[in-house]
This record gives sequence, structure tokens and C-alpha cells, in this order.
Amino acid sequence: MRPTAPLMLLAAAVVAAGTLTACGSGPGSDQNTVKVAFIKDTNGKVTVRDDYVRLVARQFERSHPGKKVRLIPVQASENDYYTKIQQMMRSPRTAPDVVYEDTFLVNSDITAGLLRPLDDRLRTWDDWRQFEPAAKSAARGQDGRTYGVPDGTDTRGLWFNKKIFKQAGLPADWRPRDWAAVLDAARTVKRTVPGVVPLNVFTGKGAGEAAVMQGFEMLLYGTGADQLYDPADRKWVTGTRGFKDSLGFLDTVYKEKLGPDVSDALSPHIQTRVAAELLPEEKLAIDLDGSWLGQQWQKTGGGRPWPAWSATLGQAPFPTQHGAPPGKVSLAGGWTWSVPRQARQPELAWQLIKTFQTKANALEWCVRGAQIAVRKDVAADPRYRTSVPGIGFFTGLVKVSRYRPALPEYPRVAAAIGEAMEAVTAGDSSPEKAAADYDTTLASLVGGRTVAKP
Amino acid sequence: MTGAVAGRAGRARTRGAAPAGRGRTRLLRWSPLAPATVLLLLFLAGPICYCVCLAFTDTQLTGQESASFVGLANFRQAFGDPAFRNAVALTLVFTVVSALLGQNTLGLALAGLMRRASRPVRTLTGATVICAWVLPEIVAGFVLYTFFARRGTLNALLEQLHLPPQNWLFTLPILAVSFANVWRGTAFSMLIYSAALAEIPQEVTESAEVDGAHGLRRLWHITLPMIRRSIGTNLMLNTLQTLSVFGLIWAMTRGGPGNRSETLPVFMYDQAFLKSLIGYGTAVALLLLLVGAVFSAVWLRLMREEV
Repeated sequence: MRPTAPLMLLAAAVVAAGTLTACGSGPGSDQNTVKVAFIKDTNGKVTVRDDYVRLVARQFERSHPGKKVRLIPVQASENDYYTKIQQMMRSPRTAPDVVYEDTFLVNSDITAGLLRPLDDRLRTWDDWRQFEPAAKSAARGQDGRTYGVPDGTDTRGLWFNKKIFKQAGLPADWRPRDWAAVLDAARTVKRTVPGVVPLNVFTGKGAGEAAVMQGFEMLLYGTGADQLYDPADRKWVTGTRGFKDSLGFLDTVYKEKLGPDVSDALSPHIQTRVAAELLPEEKLAIDLDGSWLGQQWQKTGGGRPWPAWSATLGQAPFPTQHGAPPGKVSLAGGWTWSVPRQARQPELAWQLIKTFQTKANALEWCVRGAQIAVRKDVAADPRYRTSVPGIGFFTGLVKVSRYRPALPEYPRVAAAIGEAMEAVTAGDSSPEKAAADYDTTLASLVGGRTVAKP
Repeated sequence: MTGAVAGRAGRARTRGAAPAGRGRTRLLRWSPLAPATVLLLLFLAGPICYCVCLAFTDTQLTGQESASFVGLANFRQAFGDPAFRNAVALTLVFTVVSALLGQNTLGLALAGLMRRASRPVRTLTGATVICAWVLPEIVAGFVLYTFFARRGTLNALLEQLHLPPQNWLFTLPILAVSFANVWRGTAFSMLIYSAALAEIPQEVTESAEVDGAHGLRRLWHITLPMIRRSIGTNLMLNTLQTLSVFGLIWAMTRGGPGNRSETLPVFMYDQAFLKSLIGYGTAVALLLLLVGAVFSAVWLRLMREEV
């Protein structure tokens, strides 16, 4: 027998000593530095958010002498960004002091105990009164406390190329009444204007939450009430007609080749491709997309400067399935600035968030980022209302906008929706089969809290 | 030589000495290895132990504050999950096609052919093949993505030849990534087999030829048995390397479309980091470890049955 016992003991002691001391005194716990983590566009040329954060950071450093802001831009797709910040927030050694959270994820992170409630600070902050009620609840947890300050919201609708529409003989003030009208327009384009993608609807796993929200839920929320989650029962809904019809719409788009080539549509780069290539090169007639697209084409910080876009592109609200009132549907999302529970400098973090949300800076972000204002004073400002062409149209959609279920299990449900979309788009499953698979998965994702509504 | 003898003599002497002295000698003898042992324990055994612990909990990246011990629930979930079974099947296809059939056979063929080739041909081929091998995995992934993609190099070539273009990454992605892995890993097998073939004594080959064994017969009866040990080593290394291929597949297809190229490492990543189910993901990682162990046991057995 080998004398391994003393070896093991010694080694274990070394291991323990190493890890324990490392935990005790972390480097970078500088009293005067506040770390801020945010997402950077995967298209390296788009620097809208980086520029804005840097601007605010400089301002903060000037007004707080001796303090430093360390920027942690995370250049990644949205899914990878979420994973990265969740990992960072788990340890005090890596947690940033301020983090940029997607409202889609914020409830999940609140439940995981990754964030810090801000109620005490919000109570004494005068500007909080300027926020719209919906915005105030954007980062409200199941416990009723608020964990983040939103910096804007977004809505969704149809963008269409008026030049292509003219060639196809479609009106420049196009207002589709129902899904069939959208598909008809796409078919007309396919027939009359060759070489152009008629209609883009994001789909599949590659585009992540963008596909689920811009693609699927824009359809689903137009098929009737509570097709995804029933707030009265507090249960997730299965087996609905709306779910199958929404998948059916995608099936039609990709089977009839009205959309981009399927392998392109399912690639993770599709969002960048649509914004930086297909639309500016006028190769796409209709795009179901977000209100922020304009930021991609700005002269500075945009990935693809395209001054002519405001004259070329029109906007139309996305219709409900059969034109049922109110006749249009939109979903609202957005991001918030939050403070991780493990943050080393929560006080400085709050000061920085306040600097982000002075009226001037909030206005600056709405203008640069083509965001829809969540503060009443910003929304009333003439500079905001004339900032980006189309902002009036998308602000108008806020009234009909719906929100995703703000629940901790939502991100996993969304991932399951993405898989159902991918199966249908790739031709692996019929809409009925994909919906049935989703129903099976759903029960395990939400701990059996489902209700069938055929 | 004399050192070894002295060492043996030393050991014989300490056998009879007092237990305390024996312990000290052993500790002394081990001391040069101490840093290596500690590093291994810290950075190899540590993470594996952590992984084993996590696999029996329901740890999540988000959506749940505390984790609790759930026993074998993760493993039960895996075996009941059609996506997991799909991943296992694809992993086996990927390993058999790219490691066993592709890298191994092609590597042996290249090594055999290169022995007969002229020097410039040998240098050129060797350099080209090894180039593919030294490329970092992620770079190779992007290079092959641009090669196989719908508007990629392969289709441009096919178009030049007036052949119908193929959408490899979409229609048969598991084959596309298998080819990619063959492209990348063949050099390794080629190097191993080149060395092994060079070891075959000239006289054995000559006497075989005198006895009239040519071509395939010589390969089957002389060459293969003589390099059997190298085949075993190569198969084992190839298999283990291929089982853990992640970057290449991730860069080319992300396991898609659907889950048509989702091998176990990709499935594991998807569950652990995209679906935030760290516990389940690590359980799958352990099962992957198990698959690797089974393959290694088979190859080790093959090597032991040496004549």
C-alpha cells in the first residue's frame, strides 16, 4: 500500500488554505471604484450604448471627485450576456455594482436572490414620481419590492420598405387588418419583386428572446386573451388554438418561402443581418421588429449609417389574427439598471443610477437609443418628440402594448417556445406536434402549474 | 543504470528499517512531486469533485435562490428526456464517423502513402494537414462554417462545376460537423501512424515480400498486427478528443437546426448555461464522462490482448 494518507491531508490543507484566503480578501475591492456591466452589441460598429454609458460615467466622475467608474461592456448575444452577468453576480469578487438587466429576466434574477431591493432609496428620490406606473412595476418582484430603474421601453410593429411596396403596387400607407392581409402583401411582393425577401418574422433558438417576443408573442397576443398565462388562475396555459395558429403562421411564412432562407432565419446572426444588411440594402420588404431599429442607422455609433431610412421605411401596427379590437397588438419590454446583492459599493451604485436618470441623461438615452420614454417629463420634451422619425408612431403603440408574464419561470418557458418555433420552421414538426411537445415540456418547467384551454 | 540499482538496494534496506524512518524516506522521495500533486488536486480533482456534488442538486443560475440535494432526479430526468437520448445518439454517430472511420482510417492511409511519396510531396502534404491541426478550434470552426455555409466556398465551387449547391449545415448538419472534425483531427492520427510505421523493422517487410505478401495482404497480416498498440493508443486519444468537441460544433451550427447536431457537450452547455439548469447540466457532464470511460476501457482491453 502506498502511503497516500499524509499526502492527501497535506494537499487538502493546501487546497483549503488557498481557497479560503482567496475568498477573504478579494482584489479590486477599491472603495472609490464603481463597476458597471452592460451589454455591447455583437455588431462591433454599433457603439450607441457604450458611448452613452461612457458619457454618463465621465459626468459622474466629474460630479463625484475621487471616484472612478469602471465600465464592463459584455459583447455577446443576449442569451450569452444573461449567462455571463448571472455568473458574475454570484460572487462578490466578480459582481459589478450596477448591472443592466433585461426586464424579461429581472424577475428570475430577483427570485434567485441576485439583486438588491431599491425601495428605501426610491422613496426619497423625487424623480421617481416622473416614471409611468407601468415602468415603475417593470422590475417589481413577487415580494412587491422594486429592484431596478428602467431607462426606456420599446414597442413592436411592422416596418416596410415603401419603394418595394410601390413596385409591388401596394399602398405607401399600408395598414393590414389581419394576419391574412400581412401574408397577402408578402405573397404579392414575392410574385412581383424578385430577389427580395418578402417578410421577416424572427424565429427559432438562434435569435433567442428576440424571436420569442418579436416573433411568436406578437402573434400569440393577437389570438385572444390569456393564451400564454392565466393571471386569474395563476397557471400557465396549454393546448390553446392561439398557440397552434401562431406556429401555423410561422409555418406558412417559411414553407411558402416568404421569409429569409430557413438556415439564415435560424442562425444567431439574423438580427444583425436584418438591421445591418437586409433593410439598408433594400432586400427586405416587411420586417416585424422593434421600435429601436433606427439606432442602428444613425450617423454616429450606428452600425450602418443610412440617412435615407426615414424616407424609405414606413411603419404599421401589427394586426390581431382576425382583426378583433383593438385591431393592433404590440409588446413592450425594456431594460433596467439594477444593483446586485453582492455589489461592493451599493451606495456609489445608487448615485450612478441617479446620474443615469437625471432628466437630461434620460432624454439623451431616449434620443440616442431610439428608446420610448418612461418618464413623463422626457416624453413631453420637444427634443424627444422630434428625435427619431417614427418615434411618435411607436410611442402611440404603448397604449395597446402588453407585457410578458413577469414571473421567475418565464425565461425557461420562453426557451421552450423558441424550441417549438425552431421545430416548425426547420420543418421537423407540424404546428400541432410542436404545440403538443411544448405542452408536455411546460408542465415540467413550471412545476405542474398548467391549465388546459382548448 | 547504476542509479536504478542503487535505488533498488536502498528500498531493500528501508524495508527492514523502523516504520518512522520508512515514512520519512517515502515522504522525502515524494517531496519533489509535491507541487505537481497539489496542483493536480487543486485544479483537476477539485473541479471534478465540485461537478459530482452539483450533479446531485437542483442548482440553477437564476430563478431559484437556494439549491437542495435531489438525489438521482437529474439522472432520471436525463434518461427520460428524448432530447438527451437524441444527443447520445448523435454523439455516437459523430464519434464513429469522425474519429473511428474518418480521422483514424484517413490518418493511417495518409501515413502509409507518405512513406512511399517523394520528399517534396511528403513535406507539402504534411505541412498542409498539420496546418489544419494547429488552428485553434474556434478558428477552425469559423473557417469550416464559411466553407459549408449556404453562400460558402463549397457551394461556390460546386456552382463553378455546374453541380447543384447543397445546404450542408441545414440538411445534414451532423455530417458537416463530422467532416469538419475529420479535417481538423486527421493530422494527429497521421503523426502517430507515421511514427508507428517507421518502427516496423525493414527485414520483416522484406521477408514478407519474399514470401509473396503484397499490398492489402501485407497490410492485413503484417503491418496492422505490428502497429496494433499504436492503433489502440490512437483510437483512445481520438475518441476522447472527439467526445468532448464543443467549440467546433458551437461555431458551425450551435447544435441546430432544431437539435440535429446537438451532441452531448452542446446539449450540456445548452441546459447548464442557456436554460440555467446547472445541476442538470453537470449530471449530463458526468454521464459524458461515463461514455468516455466505457470507450477507454474497450480500447485498453484491445491493447492488452497483445500477442
